[in-house]
Amino acid sequence: MTTATLSPTPLSPQPLSKAALFEAQAVKAGARRNRLLSLPALIIIGIFGVLPLIIICVYSFLVAAPYGGVQWQFSTDAYLNFLFQRDIFDDTLQFTPDFLIIYLRSFLFAVVTTIICLLLGFPTAYFMATRPPAQRNWWVLLITIPFWSNLLVRTLAIMFIIRDEGLINDALLALGVIEKPITMLYTNFAIQLGLLYAFLPFMVLPLYSSLEKLDFRLVEAAYDLYATRRQVLWRVIIPLSKPGIIAGCLLVFIPALGAYVTPLILGGGVHLMIGDLIAQQFGSGRNWPLGCAQALILMAAVLVALFFYVRNTSGKVQHG
Amino acid sequence: MGTRIESLPRSCQADRLMVTIKTGTHLPTRAGALNGVIVPEQPGKNAIEVRGVRKVFGTGENQVAALDTVSVSIRENEFFTLLGPSGCGKTTLLRLIAGFDFPTAGEILLHGQDIAPLPPYKRPVNTVFQSYALFPHMTVAQNIGFGLEMLGKPKAEIEARVAQMLKLVKMEALKARRTSQISGGQQQRVALARALAPQPKVLLLDEPLSALDYKLRKEMQIELKRLQHETGITFIFVTHDQEEALTMSDRIAVMSAGKILQVGTPRDIYDRPAERFVADFIGETNFLPGTVVSKQGGVATVKFASSATISAGYPEGFDPTGEVTLVVRPEHADLVADPAKGTIAGTLSNIVYFGTDTHYHVKLDGGDNFIVRHQNSRSSPVTYATGAKVGIQFEEDAARVLKD
Repeated sequence: MTTATLSPTPLSPQPLSKAALFEAQAVKAGARRNRLLSLPALIIIGIFGVLPLIIICVYSFLVAAPYGGVQWQFSTDAYLNFLFQRDIFDDTLQFTPDFLIIYLRSFLFAVVTTIICLLLGFPTAYFMATRPPAQRNWWVLLITIPFWSNLLVRTLAIMFIIRDEGLINDALLALGVIEKPITMLYTNFAIQLGLLYAFLPFMVLPLYSSLEKLDFRLVEAAYDLYATRRQVLWRVIIPLSKPGIIAGCLLVFIPALGAYVTPLILGGGVHLMIGDLIAQQFGSGRNWPLGCAQALILMAAVLVALFFYVRNTSGKVQHG
Repeated sequence: MGTRIESLPRSCQADRLMVTIKTGTHLPTRAGALNGVIVPEQPGKNAIEVRGVRKVFGTGENQVAALDTVSVSIRENEFFTLLGPSGCGKTTLLRLIAGFDFPTAGEILLHGQDIAPLPPYKRPVNTVFQSYALFPHMTVAQNIGFGLEMLGKPKAEIEARVAQMLKLVKMEALKARRTSQISGGQQQRVALARALAPQPKVLLLDEPLSALDYKLRKEMQIELKRLQHETGITFIFVTHDQEEALTMSDRIAVMSAGKILQVGTPRDIYDRPAERFVADFIGETNFLPGTVVSKQGGVATVKFASSATISAGYPEGFDPTGEVTLVVRPEHADLVADPAKGTIAGTLSNIVYFGTDTHYHVKLDGGDNFIVRHQNSRSSPVTYATGAKVGIQFEEDAARVLKD
């Protein structure tokens, strides 16, 4: 069909009408305006997000200076030191799982925190979402009250509650339930409690926002179709609130993994988590490259975990 | 009421339906209806019996009685409609039967067994919701199979039944679609199939057609009647649309302010309304004030302001005296050119042409307005002009005296 026709091909420039020209200009102007609007955010992300990340990345391949800071000399020691220890005398590498154990323990803490927050947060969010609309905002307000004071202060408050001479032990002693105080402070239990307390609202709020949008007529329909309470929960409510569950889990898991203040105070520096470990390299450890490497390894691990998590869960949503 | 069998309209409906029943499905059918023979309902075989049910919402001073001691029996295989304006309690009654709410007092019997205290998942009753309430995270087929799955039916049976249901509502091609990917009319069909799949004893339909446009609504009305005939399931249909109620129902209960005012066949309700509200709510009606002069054997002689008299029937158990209101349907009256020849007379104030018929608005000599509906035909000989003096003639038994 290459024979030429006299009529103009569709691609030949047709004179645009005034209205069409105006529309094209308006679309272009709109796109330009949108780009301008996003500029401040992009600048902030660039300066305070991307740039520090690049610095960390560069530092992790340098050599530690004796009194902190770095020497500009390329080295992969920081990464090697993560799993191995260089013998001072014969320069051989020896496997040391110390850091790995801290990482695994942190993951365990974060996973347990996420699961318990989900188990506690879901009924709470469901309760809130099923209140009359006028009441709901009050419940949201109550959930956000902890944010009104500093996390450090709140964590110290927990310390005063659970320490040997704290509220709980004093009360139990006074009631004669126990004869000597139960040691809770500076244990794994204390860290776990602190993490749960710190991150529960981050689970409840996204769950609430997705349960609030749930059409409860669907719940009625499921009951009508012979679904028992348990079946309604598993077959209708949970699948439909999946976006909230995913958001809540991410908002709890990631910060819990990097928690710094809570394990530092409630773990008493004995039970380290990743956050404390990294902080140590920049403080008493005076090994900035190692701290940078540890931070990057954490980030990589989180990204990998996230990738699998999102891929699995979003797949389930699609296949019902 | 009740003993009369309205054979004419019912057989008419069956005839019309015969056309649409060609797609063969292997569901239990009402053999009588399919053969064009109408088996009279057996009184006493009730699918649902509502006995003295009261439903009060709120507490203390905010108490509102949504249902005020309602009693009604719904027969097996019946297309029963609850008709009334919004807020009359029809949906409340439906929700009580479904089990979403529980009655404050009274009993609801399903085949003789009180189901009022049972949760919805223990009642062999399914609902088609006004909003359809299809599960957005499931496909069309999964939606339809949900009820059977919850009943713990074997997989093969569920699949067979879902296939049957898809065929019944003509949705086979779209079974793998998400419910968000199909149109409103198709969602409606899926909702119907989903509710019918577990073969409930009674199907409850809560204004299921209100979200559809006019043409689709007409189609679905016929479709619903077809499904009811093919499945032989008792349908309880809630609507505020009187036309829908008249065309689809075997029997109608007209409700207002938490009470059932009248239960009867569409013809009963239309021709012999028991109360002024029923006459007013269903179809167009003329109301004429008059005075009862005498009464004998269910027929009262009523005198108009113009001193003309007319004999009018009245419902059983009602004793009209003094000032009363007469009800005359617009199509049960006719215009006559000579004012002296009519029962009442007036001036033609407006003529409205509707295509199939014409409405003549007459300002009566007594001051009231009266509408006469005249069916248009090619040979309509008389033409009237506005401002003309005309008489209005009533058909035999056209006027009725009603309770206010």
